[in-house]
Amino acid sequence: MRDARGNRRQPIGLRLWLSGGWLLILACAAIFAPLIAPQDPLAQDLFSGRLPPFWESGTEPGFWLGTDSLGRDVLSRMLYGARLALIVALVAGTLTCIIGASLGLIAGYYRGWPDRIISRFVDIWMAFPPVLFAILLIAVIGTGLTSIILAIVIIDWTRFARVIRAEAMGQGAMDYVASAQVAGRTRFGTMLTEILPNVLPTIVALLTLEMGIAVIVEAILSFVNLSISTDAPTWGGMISEGRTSVHQAWWVLVFPLITLFLTVLSFSQLGEGLKDRFDPVLR
Amino acid sequence: MRPFLSIRNLSVALKNGGLILRNVSLDVAVGKVHGLVGESGAGKSMIGKSVLGTLPRALQITGGEIWLDGVDLLSIPPAQRRKRIGATAALIPQDPLTALNPTRRIGPQITRRLVDILGWTKADAQARALELLEEVQIADPARVMRNYPHELSGGMRQRILIASAFAAKPKLIIADEPTTALDVTVQKQILRLIADMQARHGSALLFVTHDLGVVSKVCDALSVLYAGKVVEDAQMRRFFCRPVHPYSRALLAATPTYTNPTGSLMPVPQSVIDAVEREVVQHDRRWRA
Repeated sequence: MRDARGNRRQPIGLRLWLSGGWLLILACAAIFAPLIAPQDPLAQDLFSGRLPPFWESGTEPGFWLGTDSLGRDVLSRMLYGARLALIVALVAGTLTCIIGASLGLIAGYYRGWPDRIISRFVDIWMAFPPVLFAILLIAVIGTGLTSIILAIVIIDWTRFARVIRAEAMGQGAMDYVASAQVAGRTRFGTMLTEILPNVLPTIVALLTLEMGIAVIVEAILSFVNLSISTDAPTWGGMISEGRTSVHQAWWVLVFPLITLFLTVLSFSQLGEGLKDRFDPVLR
Repeated sequence: MRPFLSIRNLSVALKNGGLILRNVSLDVAVGKVHGLVGESGAGKSMIGKSVLGTLPRALQITGGEIWLDGVDLLSIPPAQRRKRIGATAALIPQDPLTALNPTRRIGPQITRRLVDILGWTKADAQARALELLEEVQIADPARVMRNYPHELSGGMRQRILIASAFAAKPKLIIADEPTTALDVTVQKQILRLIADMQARHGSALLFVTHDLGVVSKVCDALSVLYAGKVVEDAQMRRFFCRPVHPYSRALLAATPTYTNPTGSLMPVPQSVIDAVEREVVQHDRRWRA
């Protein structure tokens, strides 16, 4: 399809629709959680523990997806959990991206000693087992939202650095970079105007992937009880609680698990979709 | 006339010591076209890259002088060198497919140079770019300015690169095998275009190629390169009538003719290659001593 100016116009693919739609729903849920949550996510009621979801017998009105063993409403906890998950995804993902991509860009374009320092650093960094590293880190700096974000950034910047370095190296060998240099542009200027726009699609794809990973890491940390607090509603925390009572109350485990799965999938698919859409060569 | 570009005893080596260019000297006068021929790997492109300061990182200049418009580029600080090169020289690259930034429209890629180097306003640069595109015979330049590189053909892109090379009125153009990546039919047009533009703008042109046929059409003088060493430096007519060096003679003999394409296609004899290799080895020995 071509519009009047001769530019091809691509319909937004199903992939973008579905992943973007799910994330949008999630964002709304997170923002409006206090308004739409049917119950207080922290309110315990031992008399209404392990209530099943609404389509099974023995439910109580107001507890749509059932309750956990302490009688807390699963749906409300999931809605509030979306807040945490999205905050972690956005903040940790963005920070990781900025730090990792800048270092990768510098290493890949400047080469020489900056590359040697950054690359060796990445090598050493990647030799640590990441989850263990995160647990150790949290044990040292303490639990809490900031610690989780910090842990994710510290663990995962290497992913960006590696990929963007390789990409920047490839772009740096192109003739248009040589032309820019011949035209008397400074190296830093060339990096920003010539290299960066060309690695941007990759950065965007990696960023969304990283957001998915951040959600998973947060879940893993809650699973080992190192996330915010044991009481706070997080998906990982719910999964770990649900695991202990999976035979009596499967819904406590399954609903957060499905949400987590869909969210991570959506992030990665969103990245792919955006990359296809904004890469001028593929477009 | 004093040559505009004068390379004196230029040597370039790999960081591990392997020689890429051996004492290369050549001159290009204003308004003249100097050909640089040799087989692949002979170091033709490296001469151009040395002048423009875009040598690959693994290589370094180990000796010699590069005089550009009366200044030895190797004796001034890098920032100043870059500025001088930007103001006086431009490159027509080999591969038009990778020489334009795929994420930016054509227009800004041409005007940027004018704004950067000549300090023009955006509007002036815009008008000049349109003129230039017309000069390189691009139909509907206003539309092309808004296009992205991937929307244009290889020939179109090479025309754009030629336009942008001549944009900031450089006195020296280095064309690094500008027709190699193109179709034979397009090659001829591009060649003529480069020759026309050079004549109109009166710049000095260093023309790197492996094609003697191309050289004979556009160049005034040429240097034959083998293994990073200039084996013959000659005016055009003299070279084609009476090549001095046996390697040059063998190269000329290896060019196929229309009348007898298969019979005339002769490889360079091994004895000649051996002789040139000996020369190179001798040179290296003297160099080390």
